[in-house]
Amino acid sequence: MLEELLFQLEMSAPQIVLGLVNGAFYALLSLGLAVIFGMLNVINFAHGAQFMMGAFVAWMLLNWLGIPYWGALILSPLIVGAFGVVIERLMISRLYKLDHLYGLLLTFGLALIIEGLFRNQFGSSGLPYSPPTSLTGAPIDLGFMMLPKYRVWVVVAALVVCLATWLVIEKTRLGAYLRAATENAPLVQAFGVNVPRMVTLTYAGGVALAALAGVLAAPIYSVNPGMGSSFIITVFAVVVIGGMGSILGSVLTGFALGLVEGLTKVVYPEASATVIFVIMAIVLLARPAGLFGRA
Amino acid sequence: MTIDRRTILGGAAALPVLGALPWRSARAQANNTLKLGVLTDMSGTYRDGCGPGSVAAVRQAVQDSGVTGRGINVEVLMGDHQNKPDVASTIARQWIDRDGVDVIIDVATSSCALAVNSVVKEKNNIMLNSTGATADLTGPACNANTIHWTYDTWMLANSTGGAMVKSGGDSWFFITADYAFGHALERDTGDVVKKAGGRVLGSVRHPFPGTTDFSSFLLQAQQSRAKVVGLANAGVDTINSVKQAAEFGLTRRQKLAVLLMIISDVHSLGLQTAQGLSLSETFYWDLNDRTRALSNKLKSGLGGAMPTMWQAGCYSAALHYLKVAAEMGVAQAKASGAETVVRMKAMPTDDDAFGAGSIRQDGRKLHPSYLFEVKSPAESKGPWDYYKLIRTTPAEEAFRPMAEGGCSLVRT
Amino acid sequence: MASATTAPPGVPAAGIPPVATHQGYFGFTRAQGIALLIMVAALIACPYFLYPQFLMKLLCFALFACAFNLLIGYVGLLSFGHAAYFGMGSYVAAHAAKVWGLTPELAILLGGVTGAGLGLVFGWIAIRRQGIYFAMITLALAQMIYFVCVQVPFTHGEDGIQAIPRGAFLGLIDLRADMSLYWFIAGLFLLGFLLIHRVINSPFGQVLTAIRENEPRATSLGYRTDDYKLVAFVLSAGIAGIAGGAKAITVGIATLTDVHWAMSGEVVLMTLLGGLGTLFGPVIGAAAVVGMQTYLAPFGAWVTVIQGCIFVLCVLAFRAGIVGELARMLRVKL
Repeated sequence: MLEELLFQLEMSAPQIVLGLVNGAFYALLSLGLAVIFGMLNVINFAHGAQFMMGAFVAWMLLNWLGIPYWGALILSPLIVGAFGVVIERLMISRLYKLDHLYGLLLTFGLALIIEGLFRNQFGSSGLPYSPPTSLTGAPIDLGFMMLPKYRVWVVVAALVVCLATWLVIEKTRLGAYLRAATENAPLVQAFGVNVPRMVTLTYAGGVALAALAGVLAAPIYSVNPGMGSSFIITVFAVVVIGGMGSILGSVLTGFALGLVEGLTKVVYPEASATVIFVIMAIVLLARPAGLFGRA
Repeated sequence: MTIDRRTILGGAAALPVLGALPWRSARAQANNTLKLGVLTDMSGTYRDGCGPGSVAAVRQAVQDSGVTGRGINVEVLMGDHQNKPDVASTIARQWIDRDGVDVIIDVATSSCALAVNSVVKEKNNIMLNSTGATADLTGPACNANTIHWTYDTWMLANSTGGAMVKSGGDSWFFITADYAFGHALERDTGDVVKKAGGRVLGSVRHPFPGTTDFSSFLLQAQQSRAKVVGLANAGVDTINSVKQAAEFGLTRRQKLAVLLMIISDVHSLGLQTAQGLSLSETFYWDLNDRTRALSNKLKSGLGGAMPTMWQAGCYSAALHYLKVAAEMGVAQAKASGAETVVRMKAMPTDDDAFGAGSIRQDGRKLHPSYLFEVKSPAESKGPWDYYKLIRTTPAEEAFRPMAEGGCSLVRT
Repeated sequence: MASATTAPPGVPAAGIPPVATHQGYFGFTRAQGIALLIMVAALIACPYFLYPQFLMKLLCFALFACAFNLLIGYVGLLSFGHAAYFGMGSYVAAHAAKVWGLTPELAILLGGVTGAGLGLVFGWIAIRRQGIYFAMITLALAQMIYFVCVQVPFTHGEDGIQAIPRGAFLGLIDLRADMSLYWFIAGLFLLGFLLIHRVINSPFGQVLTAIRENEPRATSLGYRTDDYKLVAFVLSAGIAGIAGGAKAITVGIATLTDVHWAMSGEVVLMTLLGGLGTLFGPVIGAAAVVGMQTYLAPFGAWVTVIQGCIFVLCVLAFRAGIVGELARMLRVKL
């Protein structure tokens, strides 16, 4: 019995590690989504498309301007974030007083447009993008498995970014303004804070997070126009399970669900894409506002 | 808000009216016009392998056939089935019923191919399938109106699977897309492996679509200690699997067998990642003078890319159809799809894509298949110089023997 | 913050004074009566101008959108999993017609029963939640149905159930000709449309609207709001199942596309484009979306771009949907 258990553990230990790596992507993506929802009350369906744009911009920077991975890691989120500013100013800002549904529909339409344009320009099967040489080479030996260096980097980067975002929103003066503005915008405006600009920058920040995840994904996943839409529904589920708008909730849930998904890939691989929805249904029935949400 | 509601409303009201227009003109067409419909994936994951390139290839075939010089008009239509069988079937019916399309070419993905297969049978039209993979088209689902042109799952399984076992890869583990095409590819390859004396140690099925990370499955493949890891998936899934297999160093101890990969996938992966892979195709641009000449002609229509075997198949199929139709006379060729297919089977094929070939009674187009190995970046001399030819399987052996297919058209 | 119910903004935004619904004939206002006559006339005339196969598919989706509108437009519940009922209805009807050899009307009815049964279970689970959480639970449940459809053998994976026979109506009238099938589908659609209208205008429908406008007040008046919502949900799911069954018989194929979440999204788009909470909106919306997919097909990858632009325009410029905006311009209720 014990031997059996140990064997199972040995088999699943690598899967747990891999699950955490995937969880890092879920966490980063759902973080951006949660920031946007929490502060703007908009369900950003274009998040997947913006993730994809991040990866493509990294590719363009490398192939058109010769800027390598590390440069892209900073530039790409800035460029895509600037795009977010335009989108917010031109379109999303008109919808704040309306039902969620309209924000969802608008961003869904945007996702269709962006993906369609990229598909026309770059085709569908994707573009090659190699990891930086400093992160290639022999995988790290963890004893029970060999983990490529790049994956370790992904987890570390995601953790740092998530922590930093959480700190900014929960512990700084800027974060305090932001949270106050979501509760009562006119009042905060009356105190002399430029609320519309703050909201715009928040949206841009959320979008930049998606783009950052895109750059991180470029060396390991195929850089193709559909790469975001295969993630988006799962990431939505993560945000909902964590509690809509809860920063900490979405980060923790992202990692946890990556783990659960990883284990499902061993036990019942066919169901690995569905298990998240089973969990979502159960969580919503037991805790209506999600694991970390305030009802 | 700057957008005027009334203009938009007016525009929306005009849409159905505009939509009604094409019907009227379609039926009034003169009778010496042949209509070729290219039904393909214009917006989804297989777009690069077929899509606009298939349309360009068919247009080139029209030009090369020279039928327009003989007073025959040819019109090429295109449609996007979005990889949805119901959309494919609706477009096919509409083309046949309303637009007077005489032959439907390409039809990517097995499920759409099967859907259009039953439409052309019902309407006595023609499907010349290039991109669909399922060998059922010349097996249980075969009919007198369909010709399966370029390749099929049986050929892929036998060419790649057989060669791998022969070169010592006698234990296999499959990473399979959890859908009918993946299952079929796994089953067929497994049979080949077992027949050649190898063993299948296990398999894992990943959800389709919606899997981006394959590391977990690759790890299970590593733990199986099989000599060969077979990838029974397609398109972006295969690209992601190969990319991550390289990252995890799977290829250091195990061989990777990609069961369906075409040159545009290799292009997308880059040689650095794809080098050393074995794969099977029926066409490569750099095979001989004829394929090089054809590819150079097609290149401009493909935005500088080299044609894939799917696109080459569309070219070859359209060319052969036009030859036969010109010989029969347009009125005759339009009269009955099944009749025209009989004539197409009777006439030997010859074109720049596949050379000399023939079409079998069960609708299988025969030509050689090739096993290629992907070159390393050092071996590659220029853009698109990707493949080394390892082995050629002659036309008679490349495809499933007619008796084993279970096609009802085959009379013994 | 996210717990606000999804009140259909189309209705109040349209700025129509609340009109008593019991007026005119059979609960139709005069404008609605005229619109209905136009619709029936179009149903009769269209097959002579447009391709019947296209029209039939359109009618199936129109019925689906009407069923969906019953829930979102009149109860204020946004379901993001209606593909499950539509798709399962489609599969069951296909299986019944092809394998069991049932006549088309029985097969479609069975599809409806399947939809309603699923709706009963899922609705019972989901109506405890509101707003975005309701949408997410219905999505989660629908994803499970999708998974089941991928796994069980009778659906034949992504190849789907193909070559479904059209059969003979009541075993008597052969439906193989496009026109005969068209009249059958058109009749079915009209029946479903009138049924939904009847429900909305019944005392039951009035209670539903009351729940949408102010649930706590409806509760305080002694209505068991959950029961009312559940009945509406089952009804909506059942009609969605019928629409799915009809689509399977029409197109001759039942596939995974019908159960995929993108289909749930599509029906939201149709309803929204046409006009939430309007009687004719879903029909017009379905016509616009199906029409776009059909007539824009030659544009290839531009289709998604064009579609995207239309949705963006729709949200920014005319939010009440085509019919909602029209009603506002003409100052009538449609």
